Amino acid sequence: MIPANFTYHKASSVQDAIALSQKLGEEAKYMSGGHSLLPMMKLRFATPEHIIDISKIDGLSYIKEEGEILRIGALTTQSEMEYNTLLRRDYPIFMDAIKLTADPSVRNAGTIGGNIAHGDAANDQPALMLAMRATIIAEGTEGQKVIPIDDFFHGFYMTALEPSDVLVEIQLPKKKKGSGGAYHKVERKVGDYATAGVAVHVVLDDSGICQEIGIGLTNVSAAPMRLDRGEAVLKGKKITDDLIAQVGTIASEDSEPTSDLRGSEAYKRSILNTITQRMIRLAIERAQH
Amino acid sequence: MAKHTITMTINGEQVTAEVDSRLLLVHFIRENLDLTGTHIGCDTSNCGACTILLNGQSIKSCTYLAVRADGAEITTIEGLAADGTNHPLQKAFHDQHGLHCGFCTPGMILRSVDLLKNNPNPTEEEIRWGISGNLCRCTGYNNIVKSIQQAAKEMQNESESV
Ligand SMILES: Cc1cc2nc3c(=O)[nH]c(=O)nc-3n(C[C@H](O)[C@H](O)[C@H](O)COP(=O)(O)OP(=O)(O)OC[C@H]3O[C@@H](n4cnc5c(N)ncnc54)[C@H](O)[C@@H]3O)c2cc1C
Ligand code: FES
Ligand code: FES
Repeated sequence: MIPANFTYHKASSVQDAIALSQKLGEEAKYMSGGHSLLPMMKLRFATPEHIIDISKIDGLSYIKEEGEILRIGALTTQSEMEYNTLLRRDYPIFMDAIKLTADPSVRNAGTIGGNIAHGDAANDQPALMLAMRATIIAEGTEGQKVIPIDDFFHGFYMTALEPSDVLVEIQLPKKKKGSGGAYHKVERKVGDYATAGVAVHVVLDDSGICQEIGIGLTNVSAAPMRLDRGEAVLKGKKITDDLIAQVGTIASEDSEPTSDLRGSEAYKRSILNTITQRMIRLAIERAQH
Repeated sequence: MAKHTITMTINGEQVTAEVDSRLLLVHFIRENLDLTGTHIGCDTSNCGACTILLNGQSIKSCTYLAVRADGAEITTIEGLAADGTNHPLQKAFHDQHGLHCGFCTPGMILRSVDLLKNNPNPTEEEIRWGISGNLCRCTGYNNIVKSIQQAAKEMQNESESV
């Protein structure tokens, strides 16, 4: 399978990418790892006339804590995240997700920025971003944009990014005492997209009261989905078995899965209930250590 | 059709060529360079038969544009045996019967080079996760895992004795 004809351009900087995009117009697409975009082009689901390669731009691959923020550069590959000592030690939620994302060779190419910018509810990082309440930083024709994650995903493959916007950084709250996160997805076979997945991030105070809670769902709605009603049940309370069971039920009720090759709607609602409960427990366990 | 002049090092040799924007790296390797040890199994980034090393990292070359490899260093299975001596992984796949038909083997071995670079002493489970993007329809994987274990041991002994 060979993609339809297009013209390749290499961007040397973010400003160069934006200028190229403006010049080439709506039919131009950025490519970072290319592991979502190129498969779609080979299947001719996507037929951009121009590809602007942003993967060679220097300085957009990093993972660092500054002040109260964890900053991840958009071009950081999922393999770089997997072998990063800071993420391994303090952010196990990423290890949960990355181990279950595609396979090592795909992760060598696929970037976190591309995983989020693709706007695909089947990708794993969006649920983590919702759970941890990420802020997305983009550069566009009119300078920098700071986009809260709740304003980012607009629908099926649709995001807040304009065609010329380059996602440059993801900002997350730094690990602190009492915070913990966990992710799991059920997959048909290793490396598959999620049948259903759940990311949970909690912050507990010293008495075990839930100060902050984020729950993001993978591949059970058109756009990556936040479980608002489930979060409301836990926020400000001491989390009990009974409340966890309630949130599991809410996950199966409020999600919007459809029957497909990965399973029936009823099956997906059922496993969501179970995974949600397990991930809340695991996030709490990690928050207490 | 846009043409680009690209230069890369393949198995230690510099190659310069003119390619179309849409040419896939696997086709460049097989058809332009005649290095047919890199196979095409699924063409959908799933099977790993097309795995090569790009700047030391395993990449599925069916999902990579040739033009993006400009300036890169590439190793295919043809370049793994240094001066005619088999790489410890090649030797181990031979010793342990890590292949039947051999279709998956070049990709499996190059993937394993990257795996052992990041994790020189992997557990069996880590090996199985590490080759999860490479499918074999013959062996049932057990002998592949044994091959990688043997190579890991040998490569560690080698690096200790240096
Ligand atoms: C076999 C296979 C299995 C996979 N399984 C999974 C899985 O289980 N879970 C999962 O999460 N993912 C999976 N993926 C997807 C993989 O993780 C992708 O690499 C990743 O989602 C996209 O990252 P990329 O850098 O390759 O993006 P690209 O393919 O380069 O780009 C994707 C989209 O985002 C845009 N884009 C990319 N970067 C930027 C940026 N910095 N700014 C603005 N726009 C940008 C592009 O224009 C394009 O529209 C799989 C891929 C394959 C091939
Ligand atoms: S041919 Fe490239 S992954 Fe199967
Ligand atoms: S040996 Fe035949 S596919 Fe692996």
